[in-house]
Amino acid sequence: MSDNPVFDRIRQEVDSNDVVLFMKGTPVFPQCGFSNAVVQVLTYLNVPFKGVNVLEDADIRQGIKEFSDWPTIPQLYVKGEFVGGCDIVREMFEQGELREFLAQKGIQTEAA
Amino acid sequence: MAMSAGEIERLIKEAIPDAKIDIRDLAGDGDHYAANVISAAFKGKTRVQQHQMVYNALKGGMGNELHALALQTSAPEN
Repeated sequence: MSDNPVFDRIRQEVDSNDVVLFMKGTPVFPQCGFSNAVVQVLTYLNVPFKGVNVLEDADIRQGIKEFSDWPTIPQLYVKGEFVGGCDIVREMFEQGELREFLAQKGIQTEAA
Repeated sequence: MAMSAGEIERLIKEAIPDAKIDIRDLAGDGDHYAANVISAAFKGKTRVQQHQMVYNALKGGMGNELHALALQTSAPEN
């Protein structure tokens, strides 16, 4: 891991919250369709998560892309592990894999 | 700032020669596409790794010239 100072801040977020979504906007006011799609999936599964609004922090907005070697936002992290962006989260959800993955990580889900 | 479907396909094929690519222009603005990419090179790789291979093929275009690429990747069935 390079010594990018923002990596420490990112690492601190993903290590101190079970589920973290780096997104554009907030869970209550997503400001991007892709971010909103992931918020909807997590809300449907009743999974509590921390939203990090990259629009409020240019360093995090750029740093997160280097941190995960992933060029876009949103980015979902579960127990410190990068799970994917909107496409992957949606595909996992549609194929029933997301609920199973979260359960393996010790995170309870309930269909709304 | 935009990328054409042909350019996206060319870049992916350059990096993943056996890729079968189906690109759909979602908005007609050269910025929003959906693509389904099938390649034997994806075999045994996680979805994240598969998508990263496609993003790397686009040489930094993803998230810059190209705003949105709804991506689905898979290895061939056989």
